[in-house]
This record gives sequence, structure tokens and C-alpha cells, in this order.
Amino acid sequence: MLKIDNLTANVADKPILKGLSLTINPGEIHAIMGPNGAGKSTLGYTLGGRPGYEVTGGSVDFAGQDLLELEPHERAAAGLFLGFQYPVEIPGVSFVQFLREAANAQRKGRGEEPLSGGEFLKLAKEKAGLLRMDMDMLKRPVNVGFSGGEKKRAEMVQMGILNPKLAILDETDSGLDIDALRICGEGINAIMRAPDKAVLLITHYQRLLDYVKPDFVHVLAAGRIVKSGGPDLALRLEEEGYEAVVQEAA
Amino acid sequence: MNVELALPTRKDENFRYSDIAALGTVWPIVTEEIVVAEGAEQTLQIVETGAGAVARHIAITLGKGAKFDLRVLTAGPAYGRIAVDVRLAEGADFTLGAAQLATAEETLEIVTEVTHAGLNATSEQIVRTVLAGKSVGTYLGRIAVERGADGTDAEQSVRAMLLERTATANARPELEIYADDVKAAHGCAVGELDAQGLFYLMSRGLTPPQAKRLMLQAFIAEAFTGAAGEEELSAAAIARLEAIL
Repeated sequence: MLKIDNLTANVADKPILKGLSLTINPGEIHAIMGPNGAGKSTLGYTLGGRPGYEVTGGSVDFAGQDLLELEPHERAAAGLFLGFQYPVEIPGVSFVQFLREAANAQRKGRGEEPLSGGEFLKLAKEKAGLLRMDMDMLKRPVNVGFSGGEKKRAEMVQMGILNPKLAILDETDSGLDIDALRICGEGINAIMRAPDKAVLLITHYQRLLDYVKPDFVHVLAAGRIVKSGGPDLALRLEEEGYEAVVQEAA
Repeated sequence: MNVELALPTRKDENFRYSDIAALGTVWPIVTEEIVVAEGAEQTLQIVETGAGAVARHIAITLGKGAKFDLRVLTAGPAYGRIAVDVRLAEGADFTLGAAQLATAEETLEIVTEVTHAGLNATSEQIVRTVLAGKSVGTYLGRIAVERGADGTDAEQSVRAMLLERTATANARPELEIYADDVKAAHGCAVGELDAQGLFYLMSRGLTPPQAKRLMLQAFIAEAFTGAAGEEELSAAAIARLEAIL
């Protein structure tokens, strides 16, 4: 589904990704872990197509398409979802209006019929319920006045509504209390655990992986994947720290 | 009827940013006089979406405790000038909510002179300007609080959004106060659309014009909040935004 080959990328002319390769097949959940400054968020933003994240080499194939050739909205329509570490507040724009337009823009991009107001609200209500979020919150301006945990749950509601093929979730677990962590974890499983879908979890900690069991764990350090393994690698990192594992790989 | 005869020049502060050639095609301007009696309430909605030049001058006199709610949308004219003079007697209340949307070589301006002549009168002006291309958008807003008009509360909130660096926004709020116990707040800002917000919206599938339109719709919404014709004004503004983007 996603094949990243020797990807290099700069931010403000500074090389951050330095030859990153990773393959994710349908049905798989991958976790990328790594110390601060390793390039984890840069990977997410680069795959999402954020302006200012300049690809200098390598390739990314997403479901048979050259991902790097696509604009951010085209990546979304192709089935990519980027869960933000810091979801952006947009005063004056209601979640409901924004998400309905977004869902229908994606459907249009794929040549599908738009959802009616009623169909959309039904879908939104179902996904909000999954994340135990009150529908009234989705009538408010996008992320404005939401707590850190509410913002992350709202990201997962968006993911549920947009129903992507591949979700790249950038530190979805940061800022969550224990209950919200479990709710988000269960949400990710309910929405994304399917034979034709895949998830890339970007995280510092093992704790989210207690709820969303990864098939593969990778360690990102200095812009490259230095070690890959199964779920036990995350446990080892938690016990021994990044430094030991990164040094051993070097 | 009050008609100014000589075509102004740009040396006249109130026409400093005007498109004088275009103004000449609609000159002279006949002042539209509105008098609202003591305790009465009136609303007016001005929607100028035609392509030609338009210049209007409205003079409003508010009696004791009278209320006036004026909403303006200028979106389409090559040259559009809406000038409003308001005189408020004791306890009168004036609301202006205005949006002007311009692109290409268009020049739009809103010029207000709000005079608080009696005790405890209130005025609130919200002006939102969206500028693309090489357009020019101007707000000149003078608030005069006369001797004895104690307890005045006058607010101005003026914001302009530049969609391209080739556009120009001018804003000149002025205050002249000769009374005590006066609240006069004015905020004035010129900015660009938040790049992070745009990327966030696009990452969910909105096309760049859709994402910009949604953010601009929110930007101008405040000018129409609470208006009797809020939906109609918003719909007309959205139609113009879609054409501009």
C-alpha cells in the first residue's frame, strides 16, 4: 500500500530525512518510534504534502500512485489521512460544515456522489459516538476551545468519517489522559483495523501500543530507520531507552 | 437635497485612496438622507454586486434612543465607495457590519463619520475586507464625540485579508473626543490567511480554493452576524469569493 524508498527531505534547507525506506502492506499496523528530533513528525508532514517540507530524493508509492506528485487534497482523496500532533484551531468554521465539505470533496475527487446533509449527520453521529464525543462539540468551530484530549479524539472522529485507506497518526497519544488514550486506541482499532487498510503510528511511547497492537515496530534516528522488529521491540525500547538500541544498531 | 458639485481630488483626505477617474463617471453623488425618529428602529442592507462603478453617500440622523442597523456588502464593482455619516442623539445606537471583496484592479472603500452628539449613545462598526490581485481596499473611519456626549461607547473593528501581496489595504481609524467617560475601542489589522490552517483543511480533502473560501467565509461572517438578511448576505459574499479564488 505504501512504499517509501530512500526518501530524503529538507525543512528550511536543513536535511531531516536522510534515506528513509519503509514498506507497509494492507492489513498492517506499523509503529515508528524514536527520540526527539529524529524526523518523526517531518515524515508525517512530508507524506501529507505540507508546504515547506521539501523532498530532495527518493520515492513514495501509495496504492500505485506517485504520492509525491499529488497535492495535499489529492493525497486525502487517494485515501491518506494525517492525524496531527497539534490539530489546528480554525475560528469561525464549524466542524460539521468543514467535514461535510471535506468528505464530499474527497468523494468528488473519486467520482462518487456527494453525501446529503442527513446522510452526513448520521455518519458523523456514529463516528462521534465511537469516540464518545458529543455531537454538539462538532457544531463548534474547528478545535477552538477543545482540550488537548478533545482535539485528539476529534482527529479520530474525522478519520472515521473520512474512512481512509492509510492513516498516519502523529503522536495521537500525546496530551491524552488514561481514559482518552484507551478511547482513542479503541477508535483506531474500530476504524482502521481491516484487511484493506493500514496504519502508521508515530509515537514516543509504548503506552498507545498497549491498545493498538502493532505488527511492526521501527526505530527512527537521525532521519533513517535504524532498526525494525515486532511488538517486542517497543517493549525493549521502553525498558532500555532509545540510546542503547540506536547505538547497538549503529 | 445635498449635492457636492466639484469632483474631489486625492488631496482631499476622504478621497485619498479613491479611483478618481471611476468616481468621475458617477459624480455628483446625491446624498441619501435618513432620519430616524426618537425611539424608532430601522435597518438598511446595501448589496452592491454589479460590475460598474458605484458611489453612495448616506447621511443618517438618529433621534433619542433610536437604533439603526446598517449592513454593507460590496463585491463586484470596479470602483465601489460607500460613505456613511451618522449623527447620534442621546442613547441612540448605530451598528455597521460591512464586507468588501475585491480582485484584479478593483478599488473599494468604506468611509464613515460617526458623530456622538448626545449622552450615552453607542456605535459599533465591523469592517472586513478581502483583497486579491492588484485590488485596493480602504476603510476610513472617523468617530467624533462632541462636548457633553458623556457615556459614549464607540467601537471599531477593522480587518483586512490580503490574498496576494500585490493587493493593498488602507485603514485609517480616527478618534476625536471632547467628552468625559468615553469608551472608544478600535482594532485594526491587515493579514494573510493562516498557512497552517489551510494545510489542515486541505489535508482533509478540501481543494485550495475550497479551503481558502471556508476560512474567508469565517473571516467576514462577523460583519453579518445578527443581520436580518444574514443568509442572503453570506450567500452573495460566498458567490463572489468563489469567483475570486
